[in-house]
Amino acid sequence: MPAMSGQTLYDKIWDAHVVSTDANGESILYIDLHLIHEVTTPQAFAGLRAAHRPVRRPDRTLAVADHNTPTEGQALGTGAVADLEARMQLQTLERNVAEHGIEFLPMGDPRNGIVHVVGPEQGRTQPGMTIVCGDSHTSTHGAFGSLAQGIGTSEVEHVLATQTLRQIKSKNMRVTFTGTPAPGVGAKDFALALIGKIGTSGGTGHVIEYTGEAVSALSMEARMTLCNMTIEAGARAGLVAPDEKTFAYVMGRPSAPKGAAWEIALANWRRLVTDPDARFDREVVIDVSTIAPTVTWGTSPEDVVEVTGVVPDPATFDEPRAAQIRRMLDYMGLKPGQPIASARIDRVFIGSCTNSRIEDLRATAAIVKDRKVADHVSAMIVPGSGLVREQAESEGLDEIFRAAGFDWREPGCSMCLGMNPDRLAPGERCASTSNRNFEGRQGRGGRTHLMSPAMAAAAAIAGHIADVRDFL
Amino acid sequence: MQPFTQLTAKAAPLDVANIDTDQIIPKQFLKTVDREGLAQGLFYDLRFDADGKEKSGFVLNDPNYARAGVLIVGDNFGCGSSREHAPWALLDFGIRCVISTSFADIFYNNCFQNGLLPIALPAEQVRALMSEAKGGNHVFDIDLETQTVSAPSGARFHFDIDPGRKEKMLKGLDAIGETLQAASAIDDYEHRQALQRPWLEPA
Repeated sequence: MPAMSGQTLYDKIWDAHVVSTDANGESILYIDLHLIHEVTTPQAFAGLRAAHRPVRRPDRTLAVADHNTPTEGQALGTGAVADLEARMQLQTLERNVAEHGIEFLPMGDPRNGIVHVVGPEQGRTQPGMTIVCGDSHTSTHGAFGSLAQGIGTSEVEHVLATQTLRQIKSKNMRVTFTGTPAPGVGAKDFALALIGKIGTSGGTGHVIEYTGEAVSALSMEARMTLCNMTIEAGARAGLVAPDEKTFAYVMGRPSAPKGAAWEIALANWRRLVTDPDARFDREVVIDVSTIAPTVTWGTSPEDVVEVTGVVPDPATFDEPRAAQIRRMLDYMGLKPGQPIASARIDRVFIGSCTNSRIEDLRATAAIVKDRKVADHVSAMIVPGSGLVREQAESEGLDEIFRAAGFDWREPGCSMCLGMNPDRLAPGERCASTSNRNFEGRQGRGGRTHLMSPAMAAAAAIAGHIADVRDFL
Repeated sequence: MQPFTQLTAKAAPLDVANIDTDQIIPKQFLKTVDREGLAQGLFYDLRFDADGKEKSGFVLNDPNYARAGVLIVGDNFGCGSSREHAPWALLDFGIRCVISTSFADIFYNNCFQNGLLPIALPAEQVRALMSEAKGGNHVFDIDLETQTVSAPSGARFHFDIDPGRKEKMLKGLDAIGETLQAASAIDDYEHRQALQRPWLEPA
């Protein structure tokens, strides 16, 4: 064998899924798991129908309804969804999955919820897989050491028809989180700190592997939060090499391998590591002991500030950045130099594929127990799935939330993107555990500050952006 | 997919960085089950006020830029959501080409599925084209075969594009049809995978 540099985890998963590569370097990549939902699939199924093409592997496809679903009254079924367009889209998905024999966890089923919560929860998400979904936050599943990417609707149709994707391989980027985080600092802060450092296009063209002792120390749920936010750094996929925590999380879940198959899988999964001599095209190192609880002040996830910090002053920046900051401050209703913790909030949203898992709800409960949501604040908690909701209720968390004055909702994407009735009114300021603070994302004119669940909980109690460390 | 070969069209400058796909097509327009008719939602919050009236300051509402076919935009265009409704809305509005210094990966890829040409150029070239488009002297020529953008001033810039994507764009090829020609290779892959990763097969 000639001497050659080792392979990254991304290289290994990629190689294991290449069906063929053409002269231009475009590969046909096999897809192990295709997750689908109601918003980005109707046109794909219509395309299949028009071309008389079947779904190649319905058994490798799993459907949920999540983006459009109202977060109350789900037991009444899709026929009772008040928004007629949303209802039609939900019913279109029901027809399409029935026609093609695709497993579907419909609204109201306890296993239903946000697609990126459901996949791991059901054991469909496994190490070493290629996973796609018509949703950019598919990067979440990279927490299991799988290559998981968001795709567009034409590609959804392509995967339905061929179980493959045509793709040119991305570059390799490694982000190493060293050190031990201070109390009150977690995966959401890691992600925001990274995006603040490299920008929202810092990862463009790359797949990011997260390593370092601070990543090893994260729970699976926290790793999902970190990988989820990868797309906000511009990279389509982020991954963490699987370890004992990963295997323990997957073991015993409904779709996880069982018995002898489990042992074979495990032996294979243990080889899913980057070789010591592998080379990365880009390296970033962040010492997490230097990270404080972090929030966004602007309308891009890269516009971050430590909770003890102040809103930037455009006068201290050059153009065109200065103009960009002025525009964002105007939209956000903030003044240059204002302490971010002085920003009074109207709403709190705890949920989304970033932060709606049981651990996120426990972190929230730890802050709000025996406290009250500020009088002027409307606060909601939306669990990521029916099973998360059941688990939280079995632990009595819902009682803590209700006693504190939170609205305890049914699962779905909810106010993360406001396709359902949950959204901000113009000018409302929201402490949100979601992933995007874009203009209008949570409702036209809505002002979103991204932060961790514990920070959002602290903001709910204080009535303004607040330092969770004062509540520990 | 409609092929893209050559385009002579007005270029509209939209000098804003990090325009995300939520801004290109807001959520309320994603409830459709069709690909067509999305032009009404394009840049909705930028184009229209809360009462649905056109905002005079927005470039695509300026009569000088009516029927623009090229959009020149700030860095990192199309970041955020994977929604293919973004290129669908641009195309439905009549935009066939977007010029920027950089595009987000998923948006960039979605453009090629639909015959919308995203052109990435160095910052100083984008600035030059942007200022020319702002000056009102704004009919540009785009030629995919020769990979060039030509502006009225005589400025002429070469752009890079992946050769495979270029070929599909020029011919308007159906990616699924192409891949299905490799169906036997996919069959072979599945047989190999069943042996190498047997736990992935249904019990």
